[in-house]
Amino acid sequence: MRVAVIRFPGSNCDLDMMTALRTIKGIEPDLVWHEDASLGGRDYGAVILPGGFAFADRLRAGVIAANSPAMARVKRLADRGVPVLGVCNGFQILVESGLLPGALLRNSTLKFVCEWTHVRVENTRTPFTSGLRQGQVLSMPIAHGEGRFFLQRAELERLEKDGLVAFRYCDASGKPTAGSNPTGTLHNIAGVCNKAGNVVGLMPHPERAAEALLSPLGRPDGALVLSSILRKSGGGRRA
Amino acid sequence: MAFFTTKGRTFEVSVVISNKPGVREPEGETILHDLVAKSGFEQVESIRAGKYLRVRVVAPDPASAKRLVEKMCNDLRIFNPAAHSCEVSIGRVPGR
Repeated sequence: MRVAVIRFPGSNCDLDMMTALRTIKGIEPDLVWHEDASLGGRDYGAVILPGGFAFADRLRAGVIAANSPAMARVKRLADRGVPVLGVCNGFQILVESGLLPGALLRNSTLKFVCEWTHVRVENTRTPFTSGLRQGQVLSMPIAHGEGRFFLQRAELERLEKDGLVAFRYCDASGKPTAGSNPTGTLHNIAGVCNKAGNVVGLMPHPERAAEALLSPLGRPDGALVLSSILRKSGGGRRA
Repeated sequence: MAFFTTKGRTFEVSVVISNKPGVREPEGETILHDLVAKSGFEQVESIRAGKYLRVRVVAPDPASAKRLVEKMCNDLRIFNPAAHSCEVSIGRVPGR
C-alpha cells in the first residue's frame, strides 16, 4: 500500500514517520510537500499527517496548515473513505480542517508535556485500530502543549454515544484515571475518529513507539497502530 | 479578490478571540492566581486571556470593513467555533 506522509513547514516527525512506516512490510511511504495540491498525482491508499509545529503554531496549532493546497486534496480523499491519520500536530490540523470535531486547547497545566503514556483502545472499527483489541492498553509517548481535547457538553456526549473516541489515556491497568490524564483533556480523550471511521487523530506518537528498542517497556505498540491499515477489515468506507 | 474593494478609506478593525464561557482558560487563571491575587489586587475576580488581531482594511464605510473582517474570520477559521468566541469591532481610523 502506498501511503502519503504530508510535510508542512515546521513538521518534525515526518522522517520518523517515514522510517516507522518503512519497517512495516507492505507499506511504501512517500513524503509529499504541502503545496502539492495533487499529492504527486499518485493514488494513495492512506494519508498521514505527522507531528511537528506546522507554520510555527502561529495563530493556533494546525489552523494555517489546514488551509494548505494538499489539505484540500486530503479532504476530498477523506470524503471518499480513504484512511487519514493525524498524529499530534497532524491531529490538530485535522481538527482545524473540520475533518474531526472539537478543539485542541492549551494543556491545563500550560506546560509542554513530553512523557510516555498509556492509552486504551476504545474503537476498533477504524483503519488504524482494526489490528488492535477493544480495551487493549498501548504505551506511546506524547509531546505537545496544545492537546486538551474540548467539545461543548452536548456534543461531547454525542461523540461518546456514537463511539467516536478512538483512544483514551489510562493507567497501566487500563483505567482512565485523573492521574493518567496528562493535559486536562476532557474524558481522558487521546484520539477521536470521524463518523465514517476513516479519519483518525491522536496526540500520542505511534512512530516514536514503533520499535521495541524505542520503548521503555520494550513494546513496539506504535507499529500495531500503523500496520492496522493493511488489514482489509479496517472499516473506513461510508455505508 | 471579489469581496475585496480597493476603493474607500482605511479602517482599523479589532478581532478578539477568547475561550467561550465555561471553557477553562489556564493562562488567565495563572495570571490571576500566581501574579495578580498575590500582589495586593484581591478585588480582581477573574482574568481570561485571549488573542488579539488588529486588522487594517480598505472599505467604503465602517460597516463594510467590519463585515469583511467577520467574513475573513469565518471563512479562514481564524477562531475554532467549538471552543472560541470571536468579537469583531471597529477601532480607530488611522490618520493618513
